[in-house]
Amino acid sequence: MSATLPTLPSPAPLAGPTLPRPSLRFLPVYRRNLLVWRKLALPSVMANVADPLITLVAFGYGLGALLPMVGGVRYIEFLAAGALCMSAMMSASFEALYSAFSRMHVQRTWESIMNAPLSLDDVLVAEWLWAATKSLMAAVAIVLVVMALGISRAPTLVLVIPVAVLTGLCFSALGLCFNALAKGYDFFSYYFTLVLTPMVFVSGVYYPQDALPAWLKALAQWLPLSAAVELARPLVLGEWPARVVVPVLVLLAYTGAGFMLARTLTRRRFRA
Amino acid sequence: MNDATTPERLAADSTGPDVPPAPAVLRVRGLTKRFGDMTAVDRLDLDVRPGECFGLLGPNGAGKSTTLKLVLGLATPDAGRIELLGHPVPAQARQARMRAGVVPQHDALDPDFTAAENLLVFGRYFGLPERTLRSRVEPLLEWAALSAKRNAKISELSGGMKRRLTLARALINDPEVLFLDEPTTGLDPQARHLIWERLRQLIARGKTIVLTTHFMDEAERLCDRLMIVDHGRAVTQGAPGELTAREIEPHVLEVHGDDARAWHDQAALRVCERLEWVGETAFGYCRDPRAAIETLAAYPRLRYLHRPANLEDVFLKLTGRDLRD
Repeated sequence: MSATLPTLPSPAPLAGPTLPRPSLRFLPVYRRNLLVWRKLALPSVMANVADPLITLVAFGYGLGALLPMVGGVRYIEFLAAGALCMSAMMSASFEALYSAFSRMHVQRTWESIMNAPLSLDDVLVAEWLWAATKSLMAAVAIVLVVMALGISRAPTLVLVIPVAVLTGLCFSALGLCFNALAKGYDFFSYYFTLVLTPMVFVSGVYYPQDALPAWLKALAQWLPLSAAVELARPLVLGEWPARVVVPVLVLLAYTGAGFMLARTLTRRRFRA
Repeated sequence: MNDATTPERLAADSTGPDVPPAPAVLRVRGLTKRFGDMTAVDRLDLDVRPGECFGLLGPNGAGKSTTLKLVLGLATPDAGRIELLGHPVPAQARQARMRAGVVPQHDALDPDFTAAENLLVFGRYFGLPERTLRSRVEPLLEWAALSAKRNAKISELSGGMKRRLTLARALINDPEVLFLDEPTTGLDPQARHLIWERLRQLIARGKTIVLTTHFMDEAERLCDRLMIVDHGRAVTQGAPGELTAREIEPHVLEVHGDDARAWHDQAALRVCERLEWVGETAFGYCRDPRAAIETLAAYPRLRYLHRPANLEDVFLKLTGRDLRD
């Protein structure tokens, strides 16, 4: 019988990728952003309503008058879901890039917050959820416009709201990755021009993906915006989506991977 | 401002005679932080006692700000131990920061909010109850001489006002220790004196203060003890007067003019313990100024200044005169 046990080495200090522990500490940071938004709420809400209204009227009615049925429905009915998903994507992206960058880099708001007993994780979670909230606001505005114009009043229309929120969470996470890498606002032009705009054109926003070459269509289906449109379009038309699990998983995968990458990149930026 | 208008909560807590001596507010051992090949902080030891004002002095890039970040748990050290207010950092940095206040180098006030809202919003980051928070905002604004600017936007405030607001913001959680990173850089003399005055009030009320600065007059005026750091290492530490007495000769002659070089080469070494030639000026450091001044009479084309040695002389002796930018 051995008299002594070997001394165990003390556990190594936490290093490498760890998961952020869930907590509600992000709430005051989220609330801060909400309070600032409230000061400028009127122009923001107006943009939320006017943008989709203009898109739907200009393209839906203008272009739609020239087109036969698209995907078996009137063009404006086809376009509504695409416009909604695109708007959810854009509102989250703008917030996670330009606005978050102002707070992080220009105003050093993040640094101040971290001098209080909050961590970079708390700030990131708040920014992530806040940018997704902008998608929620945009989606609600569009649903109201779609209902007011009588494009659709299907009960399933309500379900496009959670789709928009998931889309917002996804693009908010992806945007925060680029935010962490940015040296200045100019950098975001690349993301919008080279990533988001092409994605709009292959994700079935303006026309069905059947119009794409077969290989491109196959690839495009794995894009998050494509997944969002696949879910939202039938819901706007009062139908249940043919596939639910796959597109939801695609959005969740981009969201999860995007947030973890954003976290790693932001920590590197802050040399934390 | 007199005591009547000072927030009551800032008053020192009544430490009775039966209370044992408080442990160090901050204890650092062997602290090291590297960025790639550059060692920003190199095996630093330091202790800050309760109620004192401790200064961290050093040229630009000496590692002062990095040390503050490490001590607050905002960066992970490569080696060493930190204990802030009894909490190991970074493991329990959150608990430690609950009881600390920070005035960063860049005020980083929230430009989207008014002065009062800045305090309110910041206080929420500490999870303070809304009532407590609201009861603290007005007294703090008043203490910072900003009551009239309560509803002003940050862009409408002067540099001194912004710094005072940042100071007030750092006090919103009624911290035991306050960290200030170059608190008066970029301020005019009036604004600096007002900040110093407010910091003295805080010290008098029992707060512990840790500040970084490269202004020697600031360190001499405010600090009970200070440490000079360079290249991430502690060069020396002690009370300001003690440092001047220990590290340098008590008298300084600054000699310039046409004959300065001649005086430097021929006479100075006989009467000065130490001699420096910088640009067009001779700096003579000596124990007996009268003997030195007598030698100056032989060189009519000279101008000179005789003054007691100060912290700046110590600083320059220990960190050199090379530019750090």
